[in-house]
Parts: sequence; structure tokens; C-alpha cells
Amino acid sequence: MKYRVHVRILPRPGLLDPQGQAVEHALATLAFANVGNVHVGKAVDLDVVATSEAEAAKHARAMCDKLLANPVIEDYAVQVEPIS
Amino acid sequence: MMRAAVITFPGSNCEHDTVRALTQAGIHAELVWHRETSLQAPDVVLLPGGFSYGDYLRSGAIARFSPIMEAVRTHALAGGAVIGICNGFQVLCEAGLLPGALTKNAGLLFTSRTVRVTIERSDTICTVDFEQGARLSLPIANGEGRFVADEQTLDQLEAEGHVVLRYAENPNGSARGIAGICNPQGTIVGMMPHPERAANARLNSGEGGRFFSSIVTSFHSQMLTSPPNTSGLNRDSYVE
Repeated sequence: MKYRVHVRILPRPGLLDPQGQAVEHALATLAFANVGNVHVGKAVDLDVVATSEAEAAKHARAMCDKLLANPVIEDYAVQVEPIS
Repeated sequence: MMRAAVITFPGSNCEHDTVRALTQAGIHAELVWHRETSLQAPDVVLLPGGFSYGDYLRSGAIARFSPIMEAVRTHALAGGAVIGICNGFQVLCEAGLLPGALTKNAGLLFTSRTVRVTIERSDTICTVDFEQGARLSLPIANGEGRFVADEQTLDQLEAEGHVVLRYAENPNGSARGIAGICNPQGTIVGMMPHPERAANARLNSGEGGRFFSSIVTSFHSQMLTSPPNTSGLNRDSYVE
């Protein structure tokens, strides 16, 4: 079965995120004064063939550990949905 | 004559400067394309600066899986000398051959200028020709040059003396002003500054040339342990 995998990668909390800060400042300039704690990361979407949703998620986590994310600076979250 | 392999990835752009600096130091340097799968038993491997694979995903993240990197890893883990400059440093960290990571500069600027650095450790394969604590000027040119590691790793790097280069004035928010580090044996060194761009006294300070002459000095002082013998060549057979 084919699954759509959404991987969300963000800078680790506590690590300086200059992109997030720059966007936060820009939002403030646009008078979105109620905004804070902005972080900028990456999204990777991919299709994977697996026997179950859990197996698809396992594959995706392995991809993150090996390539998609760097654990020194990034955290990731994996979301899987079946493709009908 | 010593032999160096300069690995070239798609997007590398400092490989010719690196070859020139090595040649000037009296080292026979050859470019090795990243699709190759073996090294011809070089005395030292250099990973040059540039933007391998367009810095896609993260700097160095994709280059670390290039076919040649398996041979580089084998060479490195057997005690062979490996030096990563700028993008090469990023590749070494991504490959887990050095700790930490390099990420977006604080202030988001691509920083291309000359900075003052201090030699913190003068007993690595590329710093033996310097005095401990020496100050010199070297160019940096990077957008993702901010060295990051967890506190425990940073404490360990400091305590065990694995910081090789430190910025006199931190240009990008690097943790503890770290500009270059090495493995415990001092045989794997990564640095963000570009010594190969400061190795010609007629064009620049020329001070960077000493990183390359250091390789020769350390080789002759037997500091370098024998690299892996992957091609059947005896290391002594090409020592002149």
C-alpha cells in the first residue's frame, strides 16, 4: 500500500534560530504585534510503499535519522496518511 | 613526495586553490571526483570548500553519501589524515567524523571577509608549523558557518583540547567562538576559514600556506599514522 508521508523539520528548541527571528521582526513590522516564538524549518513530503501506516512511519523516521534531519540542530515530526 | 587527494563534489569550488596550496607546499595533489569509490592510498585527504549539491537540505548533508565518502571514512578511521575546509568541515560533521554541526549564521548574513583567528592547538596535522596561541588573518566565506554542539560536547572539546582554531572576534555566533576542531588524535581537522585562499604571499597574507607546510612537517615527524593500504601500495614506497 502507498502512503503519503509529511515530514516536518524544525530547529531544536533553545538553539538560536536567526530565520525565525528575522520573520518575527518582519511580522512585527507589519503590525502583527501579537506574534512570538516564530521558528522556520523545512517540510519534506514523499510517498512510500509499506504494509502498514506504522511501517511507513518507521521508514520515514529512518530517513530522518539518516538524512532528512540533523539531530544536533533539528527535531522532526512524521505524519502518515494512506493514499486512496 | 607526499600525496594528497582533493575530493571534488558537484558544487565544490575551492578544489583548484586547494591543489595549488598543496603543490606549493611540495605535496603532489590530485583531484578525485566524488563518484570514485576508492582512494589510491593518499597521505592526506582534503575536502574543499564550495557548495556541494547546492547546499540542498543542509550544507554537506548530501555530499556525505557520495560514493567516495566510504573510502574517505575508511581512510579516516584507520588514522589517515583528513582536512575539511569550509564545506569540507560541514561534510565531516554531517558524516559524524567530527562532532557538532554548522548552521545558519547569526544575523543571517553570508559572511565573506578576513577574520583574525587564534591557533589553539599546534599539534595537529595542519597546525604544527604554528606557535600555540599564534594569531593570524584568514578569509571566511559562508552562510552556514555557525558551529553548534550541545554543552556537554562543547565542554569535552575544550577539556580535551580539540579546538584547533578560534575566532578572535566571533563573526557568526559560533559556539565559544570555535572556528575549527579536530578528532582526539589530531588527524581529522575541520575548519571554516579558508587557508588555501591566503596561501600566496603576493596576493594575500600568505599565512594560510603554513597549514599546508604543516602537513609536510607532521608527515616527516611521523605524526601521521599509516593510512589504510587500499591499493596495495606500501606507504614507504612513495616517500622520497
